[in-house]
Amino acid sequence: MTRRVLQIAVPIACVAVWWAVSAGSTNFFFPPLRDILETFREVWIFDKLGSDVVPSVARLLVGYGLSAVIGIGLGLFLGLHPVARAFADPLTHFLRSIPAPALIPPALVVLGLGSGMKVFVIVLGALWPILLNTIDGVRGQDPTPLEMARAYGIGGVERIRRIVLPAAAPQIFAGLRTSLSIALILMVISEMVASTNGIGNFVLQSQRTFAIPEMWSGILLLGLLGIALSLIFGAVERRVLRWHRGARQAARAR
Amino acid sequence: MLTVSALGKTYGSGEEAHEAIRDMSFDVAEREFVSIVGPSGAGKTTLLKCMSGLLAPSSGEVLLGGRPVTEPPEEMGFVFQDYSRSLLPWLSVRDNVALPLHHKHLDRTERERLVDESLDAVGLGDVLDRYPWQLSGGMQQRVAIARALAYQPQILLMDEPFASVDAQTRAELEDLVLRLHGEFSVTIVFVTHDIDEAVYLGQRVVVLTGAPSRVQEKLEVNLPSPRDQVETKELPEFTRLRGHVYRSIRSRGALSASAT
Repeated sequence: MTRRVLQIAVPIACVAVWWAVSAGSTNFFFPPLRDILETFREVWIFDKLGSDVVPSVARLLVGYGLSAVIGIGLGLFLGLHPVARAFADPLTHFLRSIPAPALIPPALVVLGLGSGMKVFVIVLGALWPILLNTIDGVRGQDPTPLEMARAYGIGGVERIRRIVLPAAAPQIFAGLRTSLSIALILMVISEMVASTNGIGNFVLQSQRTFAIPEMWSGILLLGLLGIALSLIFGAVERRVLRWHRGARQAARAR
Repeated sequence: MLTVSALGKTYGSGEEAHEAIRDMSFDVAEREFVSIVGPSGAGKTTLLKCMSGLLAPSSGEVLLGGRPVTEPPEEMGFVFQDYSRSLLPWLSVRDNVALPLHHKHLDRTERERLVDESLDAVGLGDVLDRYPWQLSGGMQQRVAIARALAYQPQILLMDEPFASVDAQTRAELEDLVLRLHGEFSVTIVFVTHDIDEAVYLGQRVVVLTGAPSRVQEKLEVNLPSPRDQVETKELPEFTRLRGHVYRSIRSRGALSASAT
């Protein structure tokens, strides 16, 4: 109960303090919050929504979705096949060690300025936590359910869908959560480095043209977008992993 | 129906080798209830896993209806010792029981009928939509038994299924298994380390020695049916049999202890 109150009260207090402290600001780089919010309303509701927000969110979701599909699919395969894993291990460790923004220059050369380049960069950064967590989750599985599956002739796709995947799900979700923030970061970076639209591009262009309230409004929007994504993710996770929380609580109670 | 013939299982090789069971032979007749009892560490789980085809034996073979068992046969159900891990926490009770039926090519109504019937038979008809972790240990093991029954096995292998429930629940579950043995006319092989349980349940008791485990003795149990937790256990014959098995295991244990 106290936590609930704090979760709501603290952000409101922060905004109030910001508002009060910045109200009389004459500093060009730190305009009053009132001005930023006014600009926010003018710019994002709904002037730039179609031209910048929609492309950004689309890149983010496509890149993140591809990372999830590839990461979970490949992770299941590598988790279940030790020989394939032995081959893939050095390669994955090398690839994930490359900071994804470093791949923007070659991606630009090959894929150009468009959304394809951004999606590519997002996937190359967001893929690894999902992939590695899936592999770990599959490998670390309790052998008893697998033995049960064998005893009852449950094999093939059914075994993966009903036993391997749910058993690894708590760890997969941990990877998905990490990747979500990485995807957002890479979306912004790739748009700042080379783009003609998108929220990241808007923030950088505003700064370059000394449109400071616009710049801050873009940053504010990115923060709100991050919070919204995290809330949606949390809701999905709670639903899918309801059994996991219940089982853990039951185990603790015993 | 089931024949275990000169069965041996050694884990590892060379210096590290551990011989779990050696040269075991016995038969299980159709619709029989056979208890297998032995001291802890006697390779009872190894034996049961070889019998079910989950584990390949090092020597000898297991025959089910004359055919060698290499993979778990469809006519066989298995109840694991650790019910909390053999039931899937992400599936409801109903889905846990239905899980092995999905690849059996049954139509939906038939599958639902089997699930309902077997859960009713173990007295859990009213917890279908709960999850295993919401149930007590005894109820979880009932779910595992229902899952095995719904699979419609001709033979049921049970690996120390009641080792981790309290005494009262254990007595109830023992009587449940005896009742199901009759109702579903299924053959049961029941592994336990508890001598009373082995004698109380079995029509025959196979006594095992410590590792490397062999068959020490096969005993007929001529106790009247239906068995009763109080009356059966008061019979002089029950006392005699449990004493006999106890001495049998202890003498062998003393022998192997002095030999090493």
